[in-house]
Amino acid sequence: MSVVDDPVVNADGDGSVAAAARRRARIEAGFVTVGSSVAAVMVALAFSALLLVITGKSPGVVVSTMFDVAANSRYQFEMVERAVPFIISAFAFSIAAKMNLFNIGVEGQYLFGMFWAAVAGAYVDFPPVIHVPFILIVGMLAGAFWAGIAGYLKVKLGVSEIISTIMLNAIALQIIDWLFNDFFRFDPGTGSLDVRTKPIPASGHMPDLVSGKLNSFFIVSLIVAVAYHVLVTKSRFGFRLRASGLNPVAASTSGIPSKRMVMTAMLISGAVAGLAGLQYLLGDAHSYGPARPSGYGFNGLSVALLGRSNPVGIVLAGLLWGFLDAAAGPLQLEEIPRSIVNVIQGITLFSVVIVNGVVSRWYTRRTTEKAAAQLGMEVGE
Amino acid sequence: MTLIDVPEGSLTEQPKEARKAMSKMRRIMILAGALFVLLSIVRVATDADALTASITVGAALRATIPILLAGLSALWADRVGIVNIGIEGMMILGTWFGGWAAWQWGAYVGVLFAILGGSIGGLIHCVAVTRFNVDHVISGVAINILAFGAMRYLSELLFTGQQGGGITQSPQQTSSIGKVSLPFLSGGGDTADALGNLEERGWFLIGDAAGIARGLTVDVSYLSIVAVLLVPISAYILWRTRFGLRLRSSGEQPHAAESLGVKVVPLRYWAMVISGGLAGLGGGFLAIVATSFYRQGQTQSRGFIGLATSIFGNWRPTGVLGGSALFGFGEALQLVGSKAVPKLFLVFAVIAFAAAIRAGIRRSVKSAAILGSIGALALIAFITVDEVPEPLTKSVPFVLTLVVLATSAQRLRPPAFTGRPFRSGEEH
Repeated sequence: MSVVDDPVVNADGDGSVAAAARRRARIEAGFVTVGSSVAAVMVALAFSALLLVITGKSPGVVVSTMFDVAANSRYQFEMVERAVPFIISAFAFSIAAKMNLFNIGVEGQYLFGMFWAAVAGAYVDFPPVIHVPFILIVGMLAGAFWAGIAGYLKVKLGVSEIISTIMLNAIALQIIDWLFNDFFRFDPGTGSLDVRTKPIPASGHMPDLVSGKLNSFFIVSLIVAVAYHVLVTKSRFGFRLRASGLNPVAASTSGIPSKRMVMTAMLISGAVAGLAGLQYLLGDAHSYGPARPSGYGFNGLSVALLGRSNPVGIVLAGLLWGFLDAAAGPLQLEEIPRSIVNVIQGITLFSVVIVNGVVSRWYTRRTTEKAAAQLGMEVGE
Repeated sequence: MTLIDVPEGSLTEQPKEARKAMSKMRRIMILAGALFVLLSIVRVATDADALTASITVGAALRATIPILLAGLSALWADRVGIVNIGIEGMMILGTWFGGWAAWQWGAYVGVLFAILGGSIGGLIHCVAVTRFNVDHVISGVAINILAFGAMRYLSELLFTGQQGGGITQSPQQTSSIGKVSLPFLSGGGDTADALGNLEERGWFLIGDAAGIARGLTVDVSYLSIVAVLLVPISAYILWRTRFGLRLRSSGEQPHAAESLGVKVVPLRYWAMVISGGLAGLGGGFLAIVATSFYRQGQTQSRGFIGLATSIFGNWRPTGVLGGSALFGFGEALQLVGSKAVPKLFLVFAVIAFAAAIRAGIRRSVKSAAILGSIGALALIAFITVDEVPEPLTKSVPFVLTLVVLATSAQRLRPPAFTGRPFRSGEEH
């Protein structure tokens, strides 16, 4: 490292110039990051339009419908409400990803959390100020427990968290199925075919912020976003987390306990995942049943990748996902198959990871070349 | 060391290697024989005829095939150095394209389209991973998500409004893949059903052997035969041909292979097309042979079970066959004779006690104690449990895989380079 780069040396000399250059570089990097995500979405939309044309549907109708949806306040609320679980599970994925841990198991963790929250919330009766947090904590604990199994297997027995979380997803589905069918089915005696667990009493419901349009659980997702930002960028834990992710050898050499970090990261990731299904539980259904929503985990993974594990990016990407989901119904009315939304999401995920890869390689190479040019060197390919 | 030493060394090595392989083979045969006798004893003792009935074995064969094909798909991908989490998605492509083409143009065209659909998935995965350097796991997850969405979209376009079709289901197919039974032994072509007669007598050992043999030879779909043949074919190609050697070298040391002139990137494309095609064929089996229509969610995580079998089978074709047969048998027994499932606890108990005694003879007290208590637990379960809930038997493949990974990670040997980013021309 040359002396010129050292900020300490430059602090009293031409420090302001160096600082300005650094700021410029950071802004530029930010532009590249944002630009590549936007480009990825554009590429995906172009592909989706192509698909629509091939299958004999009009992209124009889709676009105009989407603009109508975007301008309609009813759908704006729906967008936010649908975005909430995606955003939460994206944060769950990102916390582990900061440490290079692939938590593919958010799907299983949120279902596990949701199931136990539903069961625990139904069999107690507290005043609302205790009941709602109680349910939230049960959901988080159950999610953390399920993720903790993968963490334990990794730390103690060296099992890759990718394989173990995939297996745990499948196991969670079956265990929940079994527990529900054999122990927690609740028969209200109305002869209804919609079998569910015992409903949570009213003290365990979360009220709507905007009646019938937006539930107050939305605030939880904002709290998660702020907590994520503080935890990852401002805390000692976050520093250790990022350090272990960027260079595990250097991190453990400098005294960061890597095994404990893996375990903690998985537990926190699982705890956040445990919240993802709770908007449906506390704000909408108030009980668990086989008709529960699915796919929050994998959609959260897409949102996290599109948002580049950045809190603002995740919220925006989540809103995009929520918007697409909200547009499915109106599209159906225009005789466009509503599953085009799933296709757009899938193509977006693909183009995001491809564009990110291409752009980051280009950017690294350009930076190296520029630095080399300034130092008067040639870059060897 | 002189040059002359080399042939001498290899001359003395070879018989030893061969002897080792022989003794391993013999050990497997002895273990399989012991397991068969044990099953037979348990069947007679507990009156659980479903355990070795030809119906169960036939159903087990049908349940095994899709898992086997998914497992081979994982095997081919891992061997070339690419982790394939997208098998589930490629199977979905197989079910849809198979179901659609079989409905349009008949079952055999359907099979071809199933393979084609799956291999398109494999190709996309390979482009993302090798051309654009996308993380293998992320690309695989993306394939799963995209395949689900795209097939739902196509179903909405092509199946809604057709008779029996809808967003989640294709119309019923009218043709099917042919079936064959062994003549004289299993009653093929209106001949005698010797094995069937034997099975009905229910004699100890003979009845069981007849049941298993009949289950494997009566009303077998041509596609099942092809799928089972793909095991030795895969083993031959991967371990006995030049193409296979190069393919495996790409999964172990791609940079070294490349510096020796192996074209790693095209190899990866070939392997992934094959891997995708196998997964697609597995999906096609579900949509054309196991049922006669495409249905959303038909794959039921079998892609992941296939992934599990490749780990379970230590990335070997025979291991994949063994693992998928085990999981297929569990699925079939639940389906055909769920009352017989708890009887398996007795089988487990005997196996665990035998292993405990063996560990005791070798004086490893700790493992003897662990195995003994597992055996005791299984025995208690056998006495107390009347019926095992279906979801729990369904989760057995996944739990077993975790147990195998956790307990015998030392004995597993995955291809050394699998899942790692590879760019042609780097590192030499």
